[in-house]
Amino acid sequence: MAELITTYDTDAIIAEKGYDDHFHEHHHGDKYQSGFIHHYIFSMDHKIIARQFLITGIFWAIIGAAMSIIFRLQLGFPEESLAWLKPLLGKWIVVDEAGIGTLAPEFYYALVTMHGTILVFFVLTAGLSGTFSNLLIPLQIGARDMASPFLNMLSYWFFFMAGVVMFYSLFLSTGPFSGGWTAYPPLSALPQASTGSGTGMTLWLVSLTLFVVSVLLGGINYITTVLNLRTQGMSLWRMPLTIWAFFVTAILGLLSFPVLASGFFMLIFDRSLGTSFFLSDIFINGQALDRVGGTPILYQHLFWFLGHPEVYIIILPAMGISSEVLSVHARKPIFGYKAMVLSILAIGFLSFIVWAHHMFMSGVNPFISNFFVIFTLIIAVPSAIKVFNWITTLWGGNIRLNSAMLFAIGFVSMFISGGLTGIFLGNSAIDIQLHDTYFVVAHFHIVMGIAAFFGMFAGIYHWYPKMFGRFMSETMGRIHFWGTLIGAYAIFWPMHYIGMAGVPRRYYSFDTFDAFSHFDDMNKFITIAAIVVFALQLLFVLNFFYSIWKGKVVKSRNPWGATTLEWSTPIDPGHGNWPGKIPSVHRWAYDYGKDGIEFVPQYIPMVEGEEAGDAGH
Amino acid sequence: MLGLVIFAIIALIAVIIVQLSKVSELAASIKGEEEARIQGNNRTAFWMVIFMIAFLVFCVVSALYYKDSMLGYGPHESASEHGLDLDSLFDVTLIFTGIVFILTQIVLFWFSYKYREQKGRKAVFFPHNAMLEYIWTGIPAVVMVYLVVQGLFVWNETMSDVEPGEDYIEIEATGYQFAWDIRYPGADGKLGTKNFRLINPANNPLGQDWSDRKNIDDFIPAEIVLPVNKKVRVAINSKDVLHNFYLPHFRVKMDAVPGLPTYFIFTPIKTTEEYREGLKDYPEWQLPADETEPDGPQRWEAFDYELACAELCGSGHYSMRKVVKIVSEAEYEEWLSKQTSYYMSNVRNTDIDPFKGELLGLEIANRKDALVSQFNEAMGADELGSIINLEHVFFDTGSANLREISKYELQNVADLMKNNASVQFELGGHTDSQGDDSANQVLSDNRANAVMNYLSNLGVSSARMKAKGYGETSPIESNDSAEGRQANRRTELKITSK
Repeated sequence: MAELITTYDTDAIIAEKGYDDHFHEHHHGDKYQSGFIHHYIFSMDHKIIARQFLITGIFWAIIGAAMSIIFRLQLGFPEESLAWLKPLLGKWIVVDEAGIGTLAPEFYYALVTMHGTILVFFVLTAGLSGTFSNLLIPLQIGARDMASPFLNMLSYWFFFMAGVVMFYSLFLSTGPFSGGWTAYPPLSALPQASTGSGTGMTLWLVSLTLFVVSVLLGGINYITTVLNLRTQGMSLWRMPLTIWAFFVTAILGLLSFPVLASGFFMLIFDRSLGTSFFLSDIFINGQALDRVGGTPILYQHLFWFLGHPEVYIIILPAMGISSEVLSVHARKPIFGYKAMVLSILAIGFLSFIVWAHHMFMSGVNPFISNFFVIFTLIIAVPSAIKVFNWITTLWGGNIRLNSAMLFAIGFVSMFISGGLTGIFLGNSAIDIQLHDTYFVVAHFHIVMGIAAFFGMFAGIYHWYPKMFGRFMSETMGRIHFWGTLIGAYAIFWPMHYIGMAGVPRRYYSFDTFDAFSHFDDMNKFITIAAIVVFALQLLFVLNFFYSIWKGKVVKSRNPWGATTLEWSTPIDPGHGNWPGKIPSVHRWAYDYGKDGIEFVPQYIPMVEGEEAGDAGH
Repeated sequence: MLGLVIFAIIALIAVIIVQLSKVSELAASIKGEEEARIQGNNRTAFWMVIFMIAFLVFCVVSALYYKDSMLGYGPHESASEHGLDLDSLFDVTLIFTGIVFILTQIVLFWFSYKYREQKGRKAVFFPHNAMLEYIWTGIPAVVMVYLVVQGLFVWNETMSDVEPGEDYIEIEATGYQFAWDIRYPGADGKLGTKNFRLINPANNPLGQDWSDRKNIDDFIPAEIVLPVNKKVRVAINSKDVLHNFYLPHFRVKMDAVPGLPTYFIFTPIKTTEEYREGLKDYPEWQLPADETEPDGPQRWEAFDYELACAELCGSGHYSMRKVVKIVSEAEYEEWLSKQTSYYMSNVRNTDIDPFKGELLGLEIANRKDALVSQFNEAMGADELGSIINLEHVFFDTGSANLREISKYELQNVADLMKNNASVQFELGGHTDSQGDDSANQVLSDNRANAVMNYLSNLGVSSARMKAKGYGETSPIESNDSAEGRQANRRTELKITSK
C-alpha cells in the first residue's frame, strides 16, 4: 500500500484535484462584499446570515431566560416583595399598602407563555438550526453558498420581523399572549377568556406566521442546497452527520410547519371572521356563544402535527453537532456512521406519527392512543442506538476535553437523562398521572431544552474560529460548562420529584392546594439554581462578544485537525468560500486514526490500495 | 442605589473572570501551549469522574430522601383501584430506565476520563461493529415491547367505558373559569339533559333543561362525596375553555372540552378517614396543618382528597379546588338523603318552571304520605273534630269547577275513606274576603258540594259525607295579603264520627 501523505498544502491539493466551477470568472462580488449595509445587514452570504441568526438568537435567549427568572422568583419566593421590578414591569407588579409587590397572575402566565414561545421557536429553532444550517451546509458539502442566497436573506428578515412583532407585543397594555406556548383554543380564540387573548394573541399569531415563512424559506433552501450543490465526490453517504441532521431537520420543518400555519389561519378566522373551527357549546362572560360545531381537539391535532416534529427540529441539529464534535475531539470516527444516519432518518419519520402522545388526556378516543403509544416507544430504539454509538465513539479515543467537547459530552448526558423519562410519559397509562405535571416540565427541559442548548454551545465553541477567526476563552468556557451542567441538573432534577408528587405545571401559586403546597424548600432551591445558571449564561455572552474582538487569533486554517471541508477554506473565507476551485471529496468525513494517521481530510485523494474508512458498513 | 451596587458587583465579577482567563492563557503560553493543554485536560478529566460520582449519589440520595412524597410510595399510594396498576407500571419502568441511566452515565464520564488526551496515545480506529450494534438495537427493542404491552393492558383496562347493566354511580363535573360544578343524578340515577344556551348564572348555572324530568332531582353539592369501593363514572364537561379534571390521589386526569363530553371511570378504595390513618405515621404529616395554630389539627387530620385543574385555563387556573370526600356506603346514603335538588330549591314554581301549577310525581307521593299521616293522627286523637286541610284541592277562579290537579288529593281521600268505612266526615268550603259576602257563601257551598260529588263518584257513600260552605267567616290567615287570601281559600275535611 502506498503511503498516505500526512503533510500537504491544502490550497495546492484543491488547485490540483479540485472541481472548477468557474465561479470566480464571473463578477458577482459587488453586492456581497461591498459596503456596510450589503455586507453586514442585507447580506446574502450564508456565513453572515448564520451569524445574524446566532446573535438574534442570543438576544432572544437572554430575554426568554430572564422571563423564566422572574416567574421562578414568584414560584420560589412567593412571599418576597417584587416591588423592585416595578420600574421594569409597571402595572404587572401590584404593590400593596405595605409596599409588598406581587406579580399579577395574568402576567405570570404571559411570562410562562412567552418563555416557551421564544425559546422553542426563536432560540432553539431559528437560533440553532438557522445558525448552523446556514454556516455549515455550504461549507461542509463544498458549495459556494446556498442554492438561493436571496431566499436565505429573506428567511432571516422574516425571522427578524417575527421577532419585532413579538417584541412589540410584550409592551401592550393588555400584555402579551398568556395562554401557554401551545395556544390551545378556546382560551386563545376568545378575547373575553383572558386579557392576553386580545391584541397579544393577534400579534402572537402574526409573529409566528411570519416565523413559519422564515422556516419554510430557510428549509427549502437547505434541502435544495444539500441535494444539488454537493461538490464532486460528496455522495450522500460521505456527508458529515451534521449535514444529515440539518437535512432531515429541514424536511421535517417543511412538512410540518405548513400544518401549523393552517391551524393558525383557522384560529385567525375564529378570532376575527366569526367562524367556529375550534368553538362549540361555549358560555363565557355571561353569554352563550352563537358559534357551534367546531372542536378544540382539531387545533391540538394540527398544533402537535407540527409540535412533535418540532422537538426533533430542535434536537436533531444538536445531535448532528454533538456527533461531529465528539468525533473530532475524540480523534476517532463516529461509531456506526450508517446506523447514526439511519437512526436520524428513523427518528425523522417516526416524529410524524407520534403527535397524539401529547393528547392522551385531551379527550381523543382512548383506542387511538394505542397506536401512538407504540410508535412513541419505538422512537426509544433509534435514540438508544445513538446514545450507545456516542459513548462508543469516546471509547479508545484520545479525548481533548475543551469547551466544545465538554458540552458535547454534556449533551449526551442530558439526552440520556431526559430521554429516559420520555419512556414514562410515552406510555399512556403512566401519562394519566404525570401529564401536565412538573415531571413533564423536567422531561422536556432536559431532553430538548438543556440538551439542545448543550449541542448549540458545543457548536458555537467548536465553529467559533470559523465564524470569527478567533477562539473563545477556554477558561470562561469551562466555568460556563461546569456551572451550567451542575446548575441545569440542580434546576430540573428535583422537578421530577415534584411532578411525581402530582404538582401540576403552570400554577401561579401552590397555596390553594394542600397536596401541592409542601415543596417550598425545593422550589427555593430550584429558583436559586436558575439564577446562578442565568448568570453563567451572561458569562457566556460576555465571552462570546469579548472574543469577537479580543479572543485568541486563529493561526492555522484547521485548528482542530478536522477532516471536513469547512476547515479547508481560508481562515476568513470570503464570498464563495474557496478562493479558487472547490475541493473535491475522496473519502467519508471520519478518517480519524485510520492506518495510524491522526486525521485525513475529505479532500485528500485515496492512495492506491487504501481501504475506505467506512468500508464494510 | 442598591441596584447600582449590585450592577457594580456583577461588572466587577465579570472583569475578574475576564482577567483570570487572560492570566491562565498567559500562563499557558509561558508553560507551552501543549503542556498547558494536557494539564488542563487531565484536570478536567478528573473533575468528570468527580462529577459523575457526585451526580449519581445526588440522584440516588435525593430520590430516597423524597421517596415518601412521590408517586406510589409511602403515604402517596393510590386511592383508586386502577391507580395501583399505574403505579406498579411506573415502578417497572423506573427499574429498567434506572439501570440504563446509571450504567450509561457511568460509562460516558468514565470513558471521558480514561481516554483523555495524553502524549503519545493514539486513538483506536473503530468505526463500527455489527454485533455490538445488533445487541444495542435488540435489547432496547425487547424492553420497549415489554413496556408497551404492559402499558397498553393497563391503559385499555383503565379507559374502557362502563358496560350496560353494570352497577356504578354517574356524576358530572363541569369546569368553568375558575371553579368546578359537580352534579349528581339524584334518586332516579340519571342526569338530566342540558344545553349551554340555557345557562343563566342566577338560576341555571349548568344550563339544565327543566322540561326534562330527569333534571328535577339532580343536585349540585359543594363537595364531591362518594362511597368507597363503588365504581364511579365522571362525565366531564366544560362551559368555556379547556379545563382538566384532575384527582391526583386517584390517578384520574381528563380534559374538560367545551362541546365534547369526556369521561373517566374509577373506583375509590380508601375512605378519606382511612387515607388519613395511613398518613398519620409519617413525621412530615404530624406537623400542625396551620402554622399559626401549633395546637390545631395536624396535617394528617386536616387531609382531604382534592380536585384540581390541570389544563391552563386563564389567570385563575391555579385556584380551581374542590374537596373530595370518600365515605362508607352508609354515610353516603345519609349524605344523599340530605341533599335538595337544584330545581326544587331554585326553580320550582318560579316563572321559568315548565311544571308550574302542575304536581310532580315526587310532590304527589310526598303529599300522599303527609295526608295519610294527618289522617292517622286525627283518628288517633281522643276527641272528634280534627280538621285536615286538603291543600291540594284547587278550583278555577271564582267558580266551583275542580281543577285537574285536585284529583290526586281527592283520590287519596277516597282511598282513605274506603279503608276506614266507619268514618263520617264533613267537607267544609272556605273563601277569602274579596267580593260580596253572600256570593262567597254561595261559592263555598258550591265548592264543598263539588268535592262531595267528586268523592261520591269515586265510590264514597254520600251518606257518610256532609258538605258545608263557610264563606269568608273562618279565615286562618290575614286577608290583607295575597298569600293570606290564598291560604284562606281552602277545602277542609272534618271527621265527625270514627
